[in-house]
Amino acid sequence: MGENVAIVGVGHTKFGVRNDVNMPELAWEAIKQALLDAGLEQKDIEYVVVSNAGGWSSEPLPAVVIAEYSGLAPKGTVRVEAACASGSAAVKLAHDIVASGHVDIAMAVGIEKMNESPTPTVVEFIGRAGNYFWEFHNFGLTFPGYYALYATAYMSKYGATEEDLCKVAVKSHYYGARNPKAQFQKEITVEKCMASRYIAWPLKLFDCSPITDGATAVIVANEKVAKQLTDTPVWIAGIGHATGTSNLSKRTTFTSLEAGTLAAELAYKKAGIDMDDPTKVIDVAEVHDCFTIAEILAYEDLRFAKRGEGVKLVREEQTYIGGKIPVNLSGGLKAKGHPIGATGEGMIAELTNQLKNRVEKDRQAPIKNGYALAHNIGGTGHYAYITILSLSKPRG
Amino acid sequence: MSEDKKTQKDMMEEQMKQFYSFVESMKKSMGLPMVPDMKTGQALWVDQREVTLKFIISIDKIKEFFNALADGKLLGTKCKECGEVFFPPQKDCPKCIDSEVEWIELSKEGTLLTFTQINVKPYSFAHYDDYIVGIARLPEGVNVTAWIREKDPSKLKIGMKLKLEIVKREPENYYTYEWVPIE
Ligand SMILES: [Zn+2]
Repeated sequence: MGENVAIVGVGHTKFGVRNDVNMPELAWEAIKQALLDAGLEQKDIEYVVVSNAGGWSSEPLPAVVIAEYSGLAPKGTVRVEAACASGSAAVKLAHDIVASGHVDIAMAVGIEKMNESPTPTVVEFIGRAGNYFWEFHNFGLTFPGYYALYATAYMSKYGATEEDLCKVAVKSHYYGARNPKAQFQKEITVEKCMASRYIAWPLKLFDCSPITDGATAVIVANEKVAKQLTDTPVWIAGIGHATGTSNLSKRTTFTSLEAGTLAAELAYKKAGIDMDDPTKVIDVAEVHDCFTIAEILAYEDLRFAKRGEGVKLVREEQTYIGGKIPVNLSGGLKAKGHPIGATGEGMIAELTNQLKNRVEKDRQAPIKNGYALAHNIGGTGHYAYITILSLSKPRG
Repeated sequence: MSEDKKTQKDMMEEQMKQFYSFVESMKKSMGLPMVPDMKTGQALWVDQREVTLKFIISIDKIKEFFNALADGKLLGTKCKECGEVFFPPQKDCPKCIDSEVEWIELSKEGTLLTFTQINVKPYSFAHYDDYIVGIARLPEGVNVTAWIREKDPSKLKIGMKLKLEIVKREPENYYTYEWVPIE
């Protein structure tokens, strides 16, 4: 198990079209915030894990470019890729390096500059994020298309409707409107969502997360350092990870993400959370709503609802503040934005702030048990990383 | 596809052409590929280098699959030791590590598991009309992803029977396979 690891500083830039800054400038905004938050200097950071999917952006070695610009060099660095879950993978590696006793303090930096390429190029690259040769090359699936395959199956099996999906988007935009860092800060209605055009039938424009630029940073430290730095360390209580098949044709179900389900079980086990009803303990969650259907699948994969009943949580508005479990109070990927490689640290930064009671008042979850969960999926259930944070120290 | 109808690719290319001619005019006046962001006026540098991605992929171990397509057959592979059937075909069985994997001909009939219609297409597919992609299960227990020959997704139903046809993909002119609804 290794040493206890705590989050001691987080940074999160404004998400959106960030044509005002280049890649290292954008990353620096998040790194600077995280350093100031932790009360640390660059020399204190012993290792930097950079998450970036890339392809659409100009710098092929972002870790090095960022380390130079931010004064983190000559400390060691690496770039990791787990598609849209790259950020949580980076936090996991930073965690492991500290937990192993190899270093005292490490940083995960997420960066994505998707607007360096025109939209058709970005759609092309994300569509290739699955199995290129067998599924993209001949059949031109897109990222919305992959999730639409799940939406069609879920709607057919459980009677969910396009209106139900739109209700997820309405919630995302409701909280996005209250988050100054969100890409979309305007509320929408079910009618507006229903009137939007199809992107990949049955998913419409308002079912989809946008193309986003953004950077995020999370600094982790061992117990000794964490206690010197802060009175309220946010502990990493458990991380679960799993991998799904690259070919969607090899999946055994299209009404849940097997990797997400498995990663959840592992994370709950590690954190010692009762799997029968995790909502009893978890105060707030960020789930991977790259598409509205993905949020509903997440409710079920995380056991917030029984199979087929995730859509009921939506209809009953149980995932707003005051409901069974508040989810995506940041606006989620859907409204806060989805800068692929920066999304994971973004979720973890948001939840750290939620646990510390320091987000905007009208989107602050009531913190009762001190547990929060980040559910971060890469590709279409290709990668799954689930990180559980806690205000109470995990062991010892 | 009718002659007068613009494809998504035509529209994408028109937009890019307009943008790049604007860049050229800015270059002429300033000597730099510097343009203002249309919404915010923020300064943008437009890359003066361009690269084309076109991969060359090794298929020697599974070339029988492609040769059989040209003969109208759909092949999978089967591990001689554990009996697992693979599609897409692969010549290694990860379960048995050191077993022999043989070619088998697969049935060309399936049951529809799920489907979608791609309305906003990737650039390299933007010259096609909206297409429907489905995943269907063969009696051999493996699933096959392919286009479905149908224009209206509301006419399809999960659980319906489909047959697989080996077809030439146009305008690229190469063999692939396609699901066809059975009336
Ligand atoms: Zn075998």
